[in-house]
Amino acid sequence: MSEAGVESYAGASEWDGGALPYKVGHKKLGMWLFIMSDSLTFGALLFAYSYARIASVEWPKPFPFFPSIVFSSVMTLCLLSSSLTMVMAVSAAKRRDKRTARKWIFATMFFGAAFVVLHLIEWGHLIGDGLMAFELPEEWLKMWPGASPLFGATFFGITGLHMFHVFSGLCYLGVIALFIKRFDEEHVEVSGLYWHFVDLVWMFVFPLIYLLSIKPS
Amino acid sequence: MAEHEAAVHAHHPPTGFIRKYIFSVDHKIIGIQYYFLAIFSVIVGMTMSVLMRLQLGWPGQQFGFLKWIFPNAAADGTISPELYLSLVTMHGTIMVFFVLTTAPQGGFGNYFLPIQIGAADMAFPVLNMLSFWTTFLALVAMIGAIFVETGVVGPIGGWTGYAPLSALGEASGQKGQTEGVVLWIISIALFCIASLLGALNFITTMLNMRTKGMSLTRLPLSCWGWFTTAVLALLSFPVLLAGGVLLLLDHVAGTSFFIPANLYVNDKLITEHGGGSPIMWQHLFWFFGHPEVYIAILPGMGATSHILATFARKPIFGYRAMVYAIFAIGLLGFFVWGHHMFISGMDPRTGMMFSLITLTIGVPSAIKTFNWLGTLWGARIRFTTAMLFSIGFVSLFVSGGVTGMFLGQTSLDLQLHDTYFVVGHFHMIMGVAAIFGMFAGTYYWFPKMFGKMMAEGVGKLHFWLTFIGVNAIFIPMHIMGIVGAPRRYAFHWNEVTGEGFEYLKGIVPVTKFVSYAAFFTAAVQILFFINLAWSLYKGKKAAVNPWEATSLEWTIPSPPPHDNFGGHEPTVYHGPYEYSVPGAKTDFVMQTDPTGAKAGG
Repeated sequence: MSEAGVESYAGASEWDGGALPYKVGHKKLGMWLFIMSDSLTFGALLFAYSYARIASVEWPKPFPFFPSIVFSSVMTLCLLSSSLTMVMAVSAAKRRDKRTARKWIFATMFFGAAFVVLHLIEWGHLIGDGLMAFELPEEWLKMWPGASPLFGATFFGITGLHMFHVFSGLCYLGVIALFIKRFDEEHVEVSGLYWHFVDLVWMFVFPLIYLLSIKPS
Repeated sequence: MAEHEAAVHAHHPPTGFIRKYIFSVDHKIIGIQYYFLAIFSVIVGMTMSVLMRLQLGWPGQQFGFLKWIFPNAAADGTISPELYLSLVTMHGTIMVFFVLTTAPQGGFGNYFLPIQIGAADMAFPVLNMLSFWTTFLALVAMIGAIFVETGVVGPIGGWTGYAPLSALGEASGQKGQTEGVVLWIISIALFCIASLLGALNFITTMLNMRTKGMSLTRLPLSCWGWFTTAVLALLSFPVLLAGGVLLLLDHVAGTSFFIPANLYVNDKLITEHGGGSPIMWQHLFWFFGHPEVYIAILPGMGATSHILATFARKPIFGYRAMVYAIFAIGLLGFFVWGHHMFISGMDPRTGMMFSLITLTIGVPSAIKTFNWLGTLWGARIRFTTAMLFSIGFVSLFVSGGVTGMFLGQTSLDLQLHDTYFVVGHFHMIMGVAAIFGMFAGTYYWFPKMFGKMMAEGVGKLHFWLTFIGVNAIFIPMHIMGIVGAPRRYAFHWNEVTGEGFEYLKGIVPVTKFVSYAAFFTAAVQILFFINLAWSLYKGKKAAVNPWEATSLEWTIPSPPPHDNFGGHEPTVYHGPYEYSVPGAKTDFVMQTDPTGAKAGG
């Protein structure tokens, strides 16, 4: 650095200042960084789940294929559909067609809300069976003697945090849709990034929490 | 896109007092808010350490003023073991989170990162404000934890909040572990959220908002320090957040993430919990905790490099190597958390791996040290106070770093774990070296931040007395540790009652010496606070570039106007350390100087 030659910046690489090196605005870059950070939050929770499960003598496998897995597959389908409609919303926004974009965002919110409602119904059933964050139902203990009470803790903890993310996403998308005249296509795309991320998290939660706990027939 | 972004950031200077100084979105005001939050916290934390040293030096002796400070907790004028342990916890937590993490990054980083890259503000000014106020709420919750339980000033489990004690709550039968620990966890969780949002802001700002000509190799090293720190914060705080949420669930929802079955505590079998693992908490905590150590020290390294070059009047030795070394330290910092857990019963082969990677960090650290020395070699040094503290930083980084080489080896750590050797080691490097970085930053940047010069004479006296003081405190601690003095004990040998460890009778005079040194060093800091307050009001007016430095913050008025560069974007033509360029008119070439370079040829 000591040779103090004048290097012109004109025509230099976009890494040399005065430009957006990734060709993305602050909001989009910020959202990507948030996603990196948040994936570590979920990563830590899924690590805790795996650790607890492996370290336990016995872990309950309480989900029969019908109705539990079918039900949670429908939930998964809702989220996947919402990702598709979100792609449509972003694509419409890119065409500057805000009216259509708003419709697709509402469709996304519909599927997202359906996921939350179905999820809460499922929670209700499990709680009705006697599953709590701190204890297992009596019947489960008969079926899996010595099973870890952490099943409930990890189940409600991880799906609860995920549901909170879906709920936050619904509020976020709601603001974007209601005031879409004030937002440009980048805002829609950034909200889409968040929404896809929340879906992606579910794609880890679903196999780890549900599919690994299918009741042996 | 570019115009759109520019429009977002052209916010006008606020006029009302509240918008200007309280809920400000100006990165400079927010930086100063962080700085004073840290000053408040350091006074609280330092007072606690003085009380701890009083207890350790003279256990069992009655002091009348303790009755006055702690009417309930120290009714007989002595510090009880519980009170002592809660002081340990709160001293550690407040210092690590609200001083070492807050001042270098939130304070100086917030203030100077945008200016040094030629930006008008951070990428997300409102988010920046929210980060500060979330940090403030976290501090309120932490201070709240001091007052909620009688007999203690907070949780008693140390800043690491080790489970199962921290997770048990009432069942542990210990003071400080009910409402106190709940507030403590909430505070940490809030702090995590504030820090990761702040980190996201820093990274976006540095990548996207560099002015024309500010290429990556023309960034001041201080910017690289803040950037790497932000990356570490972005990726480590979410893990502590997750751990904190689980710990909170153990408290309030009755779960047992960190509580094993058949736990026997205080003559009581814990029946309402079971199935969890305390080791899991250690993994989650230290996955955050080790990067946190670098979060504390890296901004200090950046500022030190910047200041050393300025007052050595030489280019920094090996700029690229310095940047890569910062990256290497940051990256490796994520793979060494297990070295805090050697005695947790981990597989020796795992320990070996952690040990190997830990010792590898010595390589980039040595690169940095030798480059600092290379910068000083043959220099015409200007011994300002900021320079003295920077050289002091290098010295403390070496003396604190070499003991890390001891502790990083599994075989030696088995002996030294949880002794005063560890206390001496981490205070030297993470505590005092990082604080020296902050002192250097304060003496260096105070003129820019407040438009006034600090008193140099008092500053130099402050440096020498502090430097002698901290070495007198922490070097003897290493010896105490080798002798076998365990940490987190309210006393080793109680001369009044004749209780304690017989084999530690011999180090009683050393313990007293350390306490005297601690009182001395704490008293010396009054010089700093007086200097700070006096200079704010009565200091000599600062010129635009009092240190004859080259980076962008020295091209604008002291203190800078609301939008930093008065509406125009500076253009950068040089690297940040063009000192003593042959043929140049002055011995420094400003980064924005288009002509000075030609002379350099």
